[in-house]
Amino acid sequence: MASEGDRRAGPEVEERRSRILDVVRPGGDPRRGVAVATVSTLVFLGVLVVLVTRAPGWPTVKKTFFDPHQFWSSLPEIATAFKLNCKIFLIAEVFILVFALLLAVLRSLQGPVFFPLRAVAIVYADFFRGVPTILVIAILGFGAPGLGLAGVPTSTTFWGIVALVLVYSAYVSEVYRAGIESVHPSQAAAARSLGLTHLQALRTVILPQAVRRVIPPLLNDFIGLQKDTALVGTLGAVEAFQQSQIDTNATFNYTPYLAAALLFVAITIPLARFTDWLILRDRRRRQAGGAFA
Amino acid sequence: MRTLIALGAVAALALVSAGVGSSRAASQLSCGKSSLTLVNPGTLTVGTDNPAYPPWFGGGTPKGSKWKVNDPSTGKGFESAVAYAVGSKLGFAKNEVKWVYVPFNRSYAPGKKSFDFDINEISYTPARAKVVTFSSSYYDVNQALVVNKGTKIASAKTVAALKPYKLGAQLGTTSYAYIKNVIKPSQQPSVFPTNAGAVQALKNKQIDGLVVDLPTAFYVTAVQVPNSKILGQFPTAAGGEHFGMVFAKGNPLAACVNVALAAMRKSGQLTKIQQQWLAKATGAPVLK
Repeated sequence: MASEGDRRAGPEVEERRSRILDVVRPGGDPRRGVAVATVSTLVFLGVLVVLVTRAPGWPTVKKTFFDPHQFWSSLPEIATAFKLNCKIFLIAEVFILVFALLLAVLRSLQGPVFFPLRAVAIVYADFFRGVPTILVIAILGFGAPGLGLAGVPTSTTFWGIVALVLVYSAYVSEVYRAGIESVHPSQAAAARSLGLTHLQALRTVILPQAVRRVIPPLLNDFIGLQKDTALVGTLGAVEAFQQSQIDTNATFNYTPYLAAALLFVAITIPLARFTDWLILRDRRRRQAGGAFA
Repeated sequence: MRTLIALGAVAALALVSAGVGSSRAASQLSCGKSSLTLVNPGTLTVGTDNPAYPPWFGGGTPKGSKWKVNDPSTGKGFESAVAYAVGSKLGFAKNEVKWVYVPFNRSYAPGKKSFDFDINEISYTPARAKVVTFSSSYYDVNQALVVNKGTKIASAKTVAALKPYKLGAQLGTTSYAYIKNVIKPSQQPSVFPTNAGAVQALKNKQIDGLVVDLPTAFYVTAVQVPNSKILGQFPTAAGGEHFGMVFAKGNPLAACVNVALAAMRKSGQLTKIQQQWLAKATGAPVLK
């Protein structure tokens, strides 16, 4: 895929490659580029549509997955159930961002005294990244209320959120850690030489830079979290996926799944685009600055 | 098999009652074992879910069995017994009936089926019947409510008194629809993907009451949730509710199974199987 751009040097090329929506080749005719992209997209979609619609099982699949009547009759209830997904990921995200930062800071502490804290943070991240989310949800959601302790909530939504916070904090703490480690050691050294304590340096010098750098991967994990709220349904909470399963099982028609999928996509795709835009903006800024600011 | 041919009139009746909608005359119905179109030639392949719970299945699991709780091939338990009785009417010996694991939500998935019919406490509804073909009823079912003894809900006497409580049902059951459409509780009912999840939630008191079909309610109270009781069964829904075997849409085998079921109904065999395995599943008070 050699293009004219490949022969050019400099950061401009990097930027151009990352933009998949860019249809105009450097130095090419813009109108021609758009036309070629349009035609190739149409041909690709056309071939796909022909392949799918000519499949022997297509009439059945069409009836059971793309039933407009079923779609519109199930959408309102699924949309209502989707509010629970939103509630879960909004609440969970707040706790994840705070808890994960705490873990990352614990892990960044230096000196033999802090070994136990570092060890706890490492073991935690290893464990909760290693166990499938659905298992953490099932074990906590059915296990914790089973203890029958006074004051322990039995709400499935509560335990679903707790499980998601535990799992996602492990991932997000690693993201924070990568951000912290990406800040050049000279920054910490400079801060300390000004008389700041380790924690002060962390708070006022390291973390502001670290967090800004990892906003795109943080948003990435946020998208993952939004989708994983569907797992809370296994506990009995009626969220969008569970509601779509109820409808599907009642009618033996899969169209409600499609409705649920569209609702998820409606919030995850804008966020994914936004993340891409942030990455691009960040790269531009850094390249404009010339240094790794 | 000879009895089957003689039962032409019954066959026609069964076809109509099951809503198969086949215009095929009863006399043309050929239900000989050799003339049936089967998933695996020479074998009647029957699907059900795993674990196979009592009272629908019984007899435990022999060593090396892939089934949990009960192995359907023991012939014990209501649905297993019905499947073997139908198989025998169609001319299949016991060892010519094979069981396959079919999770409920696979039973109606589009595409080639792995079973000739699925027997898994599946209630007939007109919407479902658009996607699959149901046999006629092999069991007329009522829904019931299981609660923990000594809890507040346990003193409720009427359907209306259940409104303030957190109720639960298993995913895919008509029990959930019953809660939503008939009880109409003020709290969003919970719905669990598995029987195990629903039972655990009742034990944990995450739900106040669990709506299941009556025979399952007896199993839940007797075995699964200590200190629980059947608060009562719900009045039969308009038009009644029944379990049917599930076939691929338009599978002609359904008509033959309906003939067999009609014969079993007429001879009293179906009632006998029911008395043997579901005798306990009667006599719960009806909630007004």
